[in-house]
Amino acid sequence: MTATQGRVRPRAIGTPLDRLDGRAKVTGSARYAYEQPVGEPVYLHAVQATVARGRITGIDTEAAAAVPGVLAVLTHRNAPRLADTRDAELAVLQSDAVAFRGQFVGGVVATTSEAARYAASLVRTTYDTQPHDSVLRPDRDDLYAPESVNGGFATDTEQGDVEAALASAAVTVDQTYTTAMNHNNPMEPHTTVAVWNDGELTLYESTQGVHMVRSQVAPLFGLQPDEVHVVSPFVGGGFGSKGTPHAPVVLAAMAARLVPGRAVRFALTRPQMFFVAGYRTPTVQHIRLGADRGGRLTAISVDAVSQTSRIKEFAEQTAVAARMMYAAPHRRTTHRLARLDVPVPSWMRAPGECPGMFAAEVAMDELAEACGLDPVELRIRNEPATDPETGRPFSSRNLVACLREGARRIGWERREQAPRSRREAGHLVGLGVAASVYPVFWMPGSSATVRAGAGGRYTVSIGAADLGTGTWTALAQIAADALEVPVERVELRIGDTAFPPASVAGGSSGITAWGSAVVHAARRLRETYGNAPPDGAEATGETGDNPATERFAMYAFGAQFAEVRVDEETGEVRVPRLVGVFAAGCVINPKTARSQLVGGMTMGLSMALHEESHVDGRLGQVANHDLAEYHIAANADVGDIDVSWIDEDDPHVNPMGSKGIGEIGIVGTAAAVANAAHNATGVRVRDLPITLDKLLGDPGAGNGPAVRRR
Amino acid sequence: MKPFAYRRADDVAAAVALLSQDRHAVFLGGGTNLVDHLRLGVATPDTLVDVSRLPLDRIEELPGGGLRVGATVRNSDLAADPLVRQRYPVLSQALLSGASGQLRNAATTAGNLLQRTRCVYFQDVTTACNKRDPGSGCSALGGYQRYHAILGASPECTATHPSDMAVAMAALDAVVQVVGPDGERAVPIGDFHRLPGDRPHHDTVLGHGDLVTAVDLPPLPETVRSRYRKVRDRASYAFALVSVAAALDVRDGVVADVRIALGGVAHKPWRASLAEQELRGAPATEDSFRRAAEAELAAAQPVDGNAFKVPLARNTLVATLRELTGGTPR
Amino acid sequence: MRVTFTVNGRPQEADDVWEGESLLYVLRERMGLPGSKNACEQGECGSCTVRLDGVPVCSCLVAAGQVQGRRVDTVEGLAGEDGELSAIQQAFVDAGAVQCGFCTPGLLVAADELLEHNPSPSDGDIREALSGNLCRCTGYEKILDAVRLAAARTGQGV
Repeated sequence: MTATQGRVRPRAIGTPLDRLDGRAKVTGSARYAYEQPVGEPVYLHAVQATVARGRITGIDTEAAAAVPGVLAVLTHRNAPRLADTRDAELAVLQSDAVAFRGQFVGGVVATTSEAARYAASLVRTTYDTQPHDSVLRPDRDDLYAPESVNGGFATDTEQGDVEAALASAAVTVDQTYTTAMNHNNPMEPHTTVAVWNDGELTLYESTQGVHMVRSQVAPLFGLQPDEVHVVSPFVGGGFGSKGTPHAPVVLAAMAARLVPGRAVRFALTRPQMFFVAGYRTPTVQHIRLGADRGGRLTAISVDAVSQTSRIKEFAEQTAVAARMMYAAPHRRTTHRLARLDVPVPSWMRAPGECPGMFAAEVAMDELAEACGLDPVELRIRNEPATDPETGRPFSSRNLVACLREGARRIGWERREQAPRSRREAGHLVGLGVAASVYPVFWMPGSSATVRAGAGGRYTVSIGAADLGTGTWTALAQIAADALEVPVERVELRIGDTAFPPASVAGGSSGITAWGSAVVHAARRLRETYGNAPPDGAEATGETGDNPATERFAMYAFGAQFAEVRVDEETGEVRVPRLVGVFAAGCVINPKTARSQLVGGMTMGLSMALHEESHVDGRLGQVANHDLAEYHIAANADVGDIDVSWIDEDDPHVNPMGSKGIGEIGIVGTAAAVANAAHNATGVRVRDLPITLDKLLGDPGAGNGPAVRRR
Repeated sequence: MKPFAYRRADDVAAAVALLSQDRHAVFLGGGTNLVDHLRLGVATPDTLVDVSRLPLDRIEELPGGGLRVGATVRNSDLAADPLVRQRYPVLSQALLSGASGQLRNAATTAGNLLQRTRCVYFQDVTTACNKRDPGSGCSALGGYQRYHAILGASPECTATHPSDMAVAMAALDAVVQVVGPDGERAVPIGDFHRLPGDRPHHDTVLGHGDLVTAVDLPPLPETVRSRYRKVRDRASYAFALVSVAAALDVRDGVVADVRIALGGVAHKPWRASLAEQELRGAPATEDSFRRAAEAELAAAQPVDGNAFKVPLARNTLVATLRELTGGTPR
Repeated sequence: MRVTFTVNGRPQEADDVWEGESLLYVLRERMGLPGSKNACEQGECGSCTVRLDGVPVCSCLVAAGQVQGRRVDTVEGLAGEDGELSAIQQAFVDAGAVQCGFCTPGLLVAADELLEHNPSPSDGDIREALSGNLCRCTGYEKILDAVRLAAARTGQGV
């Protein structure tokens, strides 16, 4: 049997059940990783490199070791040797080489966190410094093509003859767009509590996947997977930065090895999160569009450049959305990387689609302007019948419906086509639109166990994660419907490797993968034991395969609209209104789903207006590495956000008919805001974030449209 | 954080004496700036002398219509004080535009005056900074200077003063009351903060052991209208890119008196004397406001990445003066 | 040093407190009250908000010695002795204002104080009172809804 055979009949599914973990969180009793009761813990504080590239020539730990309460000082000289050092990001303290500023070069274990922190500040390190190169510039001559990009996608694609099509197009857009380096900054810093007992390692970890941590950490220490236990019931946000293990968990496990039997608590400080916890690479995207006079695309060309670290490759899949979004007979995309002396980039909410759709959707706005077309109409005209990349039909694609409903909700008819036409009380006001898209990923490898208890109750176990996304609640609803019992009779157990394997909470794939496994397990239990299984009866199910993924292109779509107000004199930008309409299949829980989508759009707004990690190329580090200087949207920056979704029945994606919603909310927001800012002011901002200095002054000066009309 | 001793002072004399005895002692007020600096390693004192409970927490009327604000009056209490709101709206607005409710509840008047720059290099002990470590160099020059000075900077330091409150006080000609090892003295606020010159590690003219006990606000004529306008990268909870504190007295369409201070543009709250000079006796019109702003900013020397502050300061000043004359925002 | 203060209405004593410790550290590591969160330790996020003598402050920036003899209220003190949620806590659950939950304790303490002094706050009042609390998940909308809901319910005497 395959996991998608037969839809689950929705009863709890589709209801706005209150978050089941709500009570624990509002009373302060939810225990996050750092707060797990572990007897008498000791504390770890990291020592970081102060050069961007070089070798450690001396490391003086004497003063640190002399601080009262200090139990151990770790350096590359005394750190445990790892059994597997192939992943250079995780090969912590294995050599004297420094590959980026802020890299861990040591750690101090002490009986209090304050003593550990103070002692860490006393470690004196000298370096043989080498020249470094830490700033992404698109005009470098050493850009290279990776073998593939994140997600396993092809690096380059080409169909038709793009150059010829562009040369003969009636209208073209030829522009370069940039997105800033962003740091995920979940509110909970990356945290590990590590303890070794009898050669086995237990990690209380703030992570998006306990089994993923187990499988990656075990080989580092020469352990079998079942000798590593990972516990993570509550996670204070991740947004991708806790999706793969980074250096901190390794440093904590090493430190704990020096004090066997005692738990080592380790939390990054907020500034440290700008060095060793992943981030979104900056991107530079050269986009060329060719169209006929009616706005029908003939050619799409995207050349995306991003950065990676010299020690480990991460290739943001920036251009993949352009491959499937709109119909055009001639298409090419490329990805190139600059290998720099920087921390390793990683996942941040909708890697690829998020920066890629900023550039593509602003380019579409520029094309609409060049064609004299309404931007909503332009997108509708370029709606493909099938996936342009593969030729497969879409399992469902309702972008047009989202565009029309969003236009109605924002009052699109009030939009003036000509920029700078609407003034209200000293402010220029404009409206903008952009499309959203996110793939439905099918991640195999999860399994779930359903066990019958007394009184018609069931326990459902799966090593899944809830980062605040709503897994605790939504998975319980799915289990209840699969078992055809009320939600109150289901007890869910997640966030522990003691439970069956589950894929990582990433790629908006969690509910598809874990929900499919839970449904499968519930059906097996019913098949074996009927409707009244004996106490203790148990069945395990798997995510399995979904053959429909071979026949259909599967994506969620959305349309986002923004109203922007710009102070004519100061350039201050405000976004009083955002509208998002999504087509994401069956919505499991409208309450938690709305939160996910509003939150995603807010992070998109934050990306549009605020977020930028400024690299100081001389130092090789992010200069503004704290929350005072790295701005994320605060309460007053967020206006009215109107989120809705259209009814969409997709029988192919999974037994629930659901598509992931964790990431699509951030895709397109920044473009909608930039397009609205252009409509308001006439200034086309192609470089995020849209700070006031970019809107201050003459709209025509140097930032005009590079469009050609024949 | 480096270990230190903690002492609580019961009165002003004891506080000054405690500090005078110890070269490496510092006063602790609300803690919102110093505790952060202790943790970052920016401040490394041997002793903290807690002055937050000194009996300096009152706002009193001065003869002639002014106010004396005690050094330990919390920012939130000062902003909400009915007399402050009535007589010095610019000050109340400035306070409320700063930081967050939690920080204003803890921060004191003296602490706000004495808060240190938010230059990212000053805050990062792994980089060179003449203010933190005299003689080590200035990392900001050639670096990230979006928030840095366009007026009065030196090759040693381009940092800006982060306070909003102090900008309003500068426009109000406040007087800082100080008790030190050598007795009491009054320092006009214009002389209180320093430009960096070649000694950027000195933010103010205070010496070791000097304790701010109060800030006096002189009376304003009833015809004066005042306002604080802050422009920043977020709608709230961010330091100023540019701010304007202005008090304007217009009679019969002519500027009888005006006081203007700019924030976010210099190492100290920047009293815009040239603009004031241009405006006194001039018609209260858009043209005058623009000429005044341009006169003040003619000497501006932006650094990499902050050239926008010059037009921004000009426009913000013009807009603020226009609003004070009752003009609707353009 | 020894620090004596009141936490959630109960007298507490902490011995061998190092002067450099923050109130947040004392609460989390010594008092067994980890509800107040450590997310930036710089007063830039509000996750550690507690009430000190009634007013919300960032406990990460309060030196331990400064709380001697004072009253501290944390998120753990909001619910009744019987476990019944306070109006603001219940409203956060009902309105869907909680996601990852890491900013939640600080927001609850700040919102609780707001409603105590201003039982029917305007949206502007709410945004102002909560402007020092960063949230990365929710987009703030449901948090505003929750405060409005709690205000409405309290006003009706529920």
